[in-house]
Amino acid sequence: MKLKYFSAPYLVWMVVFILVPLLMIAFFAFTNDEGRFTMKYISDVGQYANIFVRSIWLSLIATVICLVIAYPVAFILSRMEKHKQGTMLMIVMLPMWMNFLLRTYAWMTLLGNNGIINHLFGMIGLGPFKLINTSGAVVLGMVYNYLPFMILPLYSVMEKIDNSMFEAAEDLGCSYFQTLFRVIIPLSVPGITSGITMVFVPAISTFIISRMLGGGSNLLVGDLIEMQFLGNAYNPHLGAAMSLVLMVIILVIMTVMNQFDPDDQVLM
Amino acid sequence: MKKIGKIYLGLVLFFLYVPIFVLIVFSFNETKSRSVFSGFTFDWYIRLFNNRIIISSLINTIIIACVSSVISTVLGTLAAIGINNMRKVPKTVVMNITNMPIINPEIVTGVSLMLLFVFFAARMNLEFGFVTLLIAHITFNVPYVILNVMPKFNQMDPHIYEAAQDLGCSPVKAFRKVVLPEIMPGVISGFLMSFTYSLDDFVISYFTSGSTSQTLPITIYSMTRRKVSPEINALSTLIFISVVIILVVKNVIEKRALKKAGKI
Repeated sequence: MKLKYFSAPYLVWMVVFILVPLLMIAFFAFTNDEGRFTMKYISDVGQYANIFVRSIWLSLIATVICLVIAYPVAFILSRMEKHKQGTMLMIVMLPMWMNFLLRTYAWMTLLGNNGIINHLFGMIGLGPFKLINTSGAVVLGMVYNYLPFMILPLYSVMEKIDNSMFEAAEDLGCSYFQTLFRVIIPLSVPGITSGITMVFVPAISTFIISRMLGGGSNLLVGDLIEMQFLGNAYNPHLGAAMSLVLMVIILVIMTVMNQFDPDDQVLM
Repeated sequence: MKKIGKIYLGLVLFFLYVPIFVLIVFSFNETKSRSVFSGFTFDWYIRLFNNRIIISSLINTIIIACVSSVISTVLGTLAAIGINNMRKVPKTVVMNITNMPIINPEIVTGVSLMLLFVFFAARMNLEFGFVTLLIAHITFNVPYVILNVMPKFNQMDPHIYEAAQDLGCSPVKAFRKVVLPEIMPGVISGFLMSFTYSLDDFVISYFTSGSTSQTLPITIYSMTRRKVSPEINALSTLIFISVVIILVVKNVIEKRALKKAGKI
């Protein structure tokens, strides 16, 4: 018996449950209820352009904040003594093991109008401020939930950079900033690109964070899609069209990201 | 410089942990207030254990996680063996499709499976519930098993399988005695990954579960949509404590294994 036939059960599974469902999204996006070809739903997506723009904008801000916060964390972790690194990494990653609904719920209780932050402000005579149901709260939720996704890939590339690299740069006359921009950052580009995709993709497609922390006024693409399938506005054709547009946006952004990744370039 | 680094790390950890600790503290609060601690009580824990919906969805979640991760591990390991023996072009095609559930946003995977199940539900006797949930979980778990097992084949010398057969092993015995031990670490990490993803999944389950078969994350979600109940805080506390225990035990076991390996 040939070993390649071992994969037969999975190949059937893959076609039925991965490939066919994705093709169904494309099919639903371009057909109406009678099964005829139409561009109506794709062009209808244009009416929601503002929500798409908001999703891209908020998730971009969240991604940039994650990168800025995570970069020094990953660097500090990677320069610790070897036996401390594992434990420290576990401590940083531990909140990720809690379900993200609970983590988001935690911020709901913190930011609420009767929440603990407003209570503390009240004690010094300030507020109450409107913290929850704002776009800022949505970005905060994204940063809190996805920050470890940025730290991990950055740490795993920086861990491989040898300390002698910095010594060499210093010996050759680099200042701190030159070492940062000409040695550390170029060497950590693969970690930066994979960190950005690992934060950006879940952030742009979330519907829980926007619903729990953004109230009704900060709808994102994820909310729109969810509403077409499980909400009152049941319309799988429009929902499929939106999913297709979302996939294309992500694909474009990831292709642009990959241009920066030295692994994919022919010339070095 | 080192001091600034430590302070910075401390601030980030503060940001990561404070929300969780606030949740834990308020799980012992007498009133439903989210900002004033008025008195200590275990009431919310008692209510949690008496909440039949939570307990039944917890059991449901564990059953689905166990069944789906076992099936995914078997299916994925067999698939990895097969894919490894394919020619270059079919191998690339299969691996690209396998990567799709990992690259795609969860909501797209959830919605696409929902469309498929709605199609089947209309034509066959398929109801949204345990079966659809199980299929969905297996579908997003198998790629992780494959991605964990495949690299083990690349690290393995392909000739040892042939050598075992030359030395008189039947193909099955050669596989069991030679190949399986080599890929076992990948199989185990694939299994553990599937199990935790399955326990934790909300988005895909949300689109494929229907109303009869709910998992714990779905129950948590509907609880957060309704009135505030500190039962969620109690539940978070218990989950947090179990996570800490599991990770510490895992760390200790790994350290011991490392020490042993170092001594030999």
